[in-house]
Amino acid sequence: MTDPGGAVVGAAGAAGPEGGGSAVVARPTGAGRGRRRSRRQFGARIAILVLVFGYLLLPLLAMLEFSTRGDYGSRSLRSYVAILEYPDLIDGITTSLGIAVLTVFGMLLLLVPTMVWTIVRVPRMRRVIEFLCLLPLAIPAIVLVVGIAPIYRWMGQSLGGVGGSPLTLALVDIILVLPFAYRAIDSGMRTVDVATLADAARSLGAGWPRTILQVIVPNIRGGILSASVLAVALVLGEYTISSLLSFDTLQVVIFLLGKRDAYVAVAVSLAALVFAFVLLYAIARFAPGTGQRARIAPEEEPAT
Amino acid sequence: MIDPPAGAPAPPTVRTAGSASRGAGRGRLRGAGNYLAFVPFLAYIGLFLIVPTLIVAGGAFLSIQGDPTLDNVIQLFTDEVFVSAFITSIQLALGTAILGAVVGGLLAWAVARGDPNGQLRQVVVAASGVLAQFGGVMLAFAFLATFAGTGLVTLFFKNVLHVGVPYDTTWLFGLTGLVVVYAYFQIPLMLIVFLPSLDGLRQEWYDASASLGGSSWAFWRHVGGPILAPSFLGALLLLFTNAFSAYATAAALISQGSPIVTLQISNQLQSEVVLGQENVGKALALGMIVVVTLVMTAYALIQRRASRWVR
Amino acid sequence: MTATDPAPAAAGRGVAVQFEDMHRWYGSVHALDGLSIDIAPGELVALLGPSGCGKTTALRALGGLDEVDAGRILVDGRDISHVPTNKRSMGIVFQAYSLFPNMTAGDNVGYGLRLRGIGTDERRKRAAETLELVGLGGFVNRYPHQMSGGQQQRVALARALAIQPQVLLLDEPLSALDAKVRRQLREEIRRIQIAVGTTTLFVTHDQEEALALGDRVGVMSAGRLEQIAAPAELYDRPATAFVAEFVGLTNRVKGMASNGVVDVLGGRVPLLPGSAGPGPVTALVRPEAVQLAPEDGANARVLAVSFLGSLGRVQVGLPDDTLVVAQVPATDVERLAPGTAVRVAVVPVPVFAVAE
Repeated sequence: MTDPGGAVVGAAGAAGPEGGGSAVVARPTGAGRGRRRSRRQFGARIAILVLVFGYLLLPLLAMLEFSTRGDYGSRSLRSYVAILEYPDLIDGITTSLGIAVLTVFGMLLLLVPTMVWTIVRVPRMRRVIEFLCLLPLAIPAIVLVVGIAPIYRWMGQSLGGVGGSPLTLALVDIILVLPFAYRAIDSGMRTVDVATLADAARSLGAGWPRTILQVIVPNIRGGILSASVLAVALVLGEYTISSLLSFDTLQVVIFLLGKRDAYVAVAVSLAALVFAFVLLYAIARFAPGTGQRARIAPEEEPAT
Repeated sequence: MIDPPAGAPAPPTVRTAGSASRGAGRGRLRGAGNYLAFVPFLAYIGLFLIVPTLIVAGGAFLSIQGDPTLDNVIQLFTDEVFVSAFITSIQLALGTAILGAVVGGLLAWAVARGDPNGQLRQVVVAASGVLAQFGGVMLAFAFLATFAGTGLVTLFFKNVLHVGVPYDTTWLFGLTGLVVVYAYFQIPLMLIVFLPSLDGLRQEWYDASASLGGSSWAFWRHVGGPILAPSFLGALLLLFTNAFSAYATAAALISQGSPIVTLQISNQLQSEVVLGQENVGKALALGMIVVVTLVMTAYALIQRRASRWVR
Repeated sequence: MTATDPAPAAAGRGVAVQFEDMHRWYGSVHALDGLSIDIAPGELVALLGPSGCGKTTALRALGGLDEVDAGRILVDGRDISHVPTNKRSMGIVFQAYSLFPNMTAGDNVGYGLRLRGIGTDERRKRAAETLELVGLGGFVNRYPHQMSGGQQQRVALARALAIQPQVLLLDEPLSALDAKVRRQLREEIRRIQIAVGTTTLFVTHDQEEALALGDRVGVMSAGRLEQIAAPAELYDRPATAFVAEFVGLTNRVKGMASNGVVDVLGGRVPLLPGSAGPGPVTALVRPEAVQLAPEDGANARVLAVSFLGSLGRVQVGLPDDTLVVAQVPATDVERLAPGTAVRVAVVPVPVFAVAE
């Protein structure tokens, strides 16, 4: 926050005037005090970024190195190939993916209509819904599992096969993801005036289901996408509740595998991480309306 | 300016079929029917969040036979093991929160100064989103791959530098190890939570301060610092809660003993039921809820204060 | 137009400011292209132009918020081109959001004084006085979020004045305000500036503002200064086509130019220096120079009328399908209802003409 504007320009180095223009005045090479200051700031920024990311990259590099070890110091992808040789690992992956899909749908079904309803009909409930969605942050997963174990016991006993399936974990994962999903969808809704869109659609004759599905949802696509990816990342990384309720999800299987074959365990972990990163990066890059609030361009003043 | 020709009909009022129930103005709702739409959501939260919490809170005050008792809760304060677990958990959470807040804050500053739409920022924010969620087991393995007996750094010292490793390879399984590992997700979390606040610092404030004669230091001391303080503090509290509640990482790393509360709770859940001890786990869980609630309340109060100024 | 002896810089009043052949590039965009302006002590110069013309760049360069790639800036005779912002002693008022939200109005205004080591009592006194000067004496303990936009800008002005700056810089300070507040505040700013006597640079894209406020107005386009002159001269005798069209309303009417005059709208009108011609040209005729008289059988027809209170604007269609706008006294509006046939004439005030 030291030099305005000049920081980036100064740091990027001098970009001279176009050759074709009237370059009567040569671009100066000297540095004013300002430029020196922005160079120093630029240096500080680089140092911080390098140090912190060095620390953060180190374990990732270690994972990469560890999982690609072959015989006698060579590099090999056999640990990755070996993933396919462990049926419980494959099971764990498919189980977790299944739970992830259910969680995403359940979360969207629960959150989107509810949130839209608070904006369009009952703004008073917005505070309440927000509070409830952020409440899971105050109830750690380890605490939640203590209280939810009896419920799962009952489900396993009374609802037979379905009740004992790991897919029921989606029910809890939805709760876990609520705070993050709420924030993502909420910020998506803030960049678009949902209330006005709904008014417009309704005044043109659309019923509520159509309004929500065809008008509102497409416009908050960014927020929905973001929330969904967060949900997938959360489910794939969830260990606490899965292990204490004795379900074999991905993380549980990785943990157990770690005792038998550390190399494959690390390989799977790295693969899962890269997968999550690619997903999130794609969202940040291509989804509109996530993050920064949409800015309305200032009107051009007419010439007269 | 131009009067409508006499006899022209008044412009039709725009009203839709359902808006009759809207009452005056948008959202001024009278019909109770509209609250019905919230039932599914409320029921779900009730069943899967509220009820378990009540089970925990209530169960903490019951003996195995079902009689009300304070014994479980009292044990939290009398049993050495539990007391030290809480203290350790709090120390760990506080330490990693401060570490994460400072380093993450600096990182956020470094990112905020750059191009808001640039590649660097997008990559950093996306990476932080992933790393903040980087779960316990995978993270533990990552650090094992780095610092354990056959880990990258260990081998680096041995095979490349040919010196003795400057650390005891079991450090990872102790408290120091937990701090270093926790920092791994605390720092990105800080970035995610704090970056928006930094974005909110307007360039005009800096320029104004400079034009009035203020140096960088003067700006941070009188303007930037005070404005950011509430959100920084709030972020710190969030980091505290995050570390305090963490279980998976510790479970994956620590095989001997249960030095922190979350491990104690899992102990209680998984071990043989000792007579009279069954609900102690619930009491521990209740204790965690109390701590977290206090911290989150402080967080909410600070948030409200912070938003008062920055519009 | 250079200054006479520079006024003594005592009490930070009225120093001369000079831009000497300033250049500034942003990447390949030539934001300032040889800008040279002399501002006399105590003068208020308004820089006027469309977005991107460089007026804000010039102001920021003067304030030290942006660097200059070539050329010099002189204040009171001294070259300050490389002096950092916080040593320049300039008061800056931004378009919006410049008050420190964590401080009251009083603290905001006293900020510059505090940095100069002035004691608390003295500081409070002077802050209160300056707030009084801008009409907000009772607002000392209010926070920015408790004030309206107009009030905030007044406080920003007070804050800039409190340090008794050598130069006052105003970067579109009224652009974010409601029209009514804008007009009120405009008068206030002028009144205060004259009272205090500080040399002032006022940047705006609103020509009404520029013409109303400036001792002189500089019109900029694409980094260049098109013309700098007193408002009336700018209006009556534009030096370039850009100025002629940017300042005030103009009608573009085809005519024939020869020998320093142009035949247009059935009349013969002198041409301003710099106009195109001889031959077919487009003359830029002001609405108030177009005269209308209802006349049956005339070949021009009234298309629309706007009543603006003290005057009226009438859109007239000429036989060759050109549209001209005429300005008429309010009392004539009734006789010029849409559809009326009118005879069009032109007052022989000099006009600017551009090539066809």
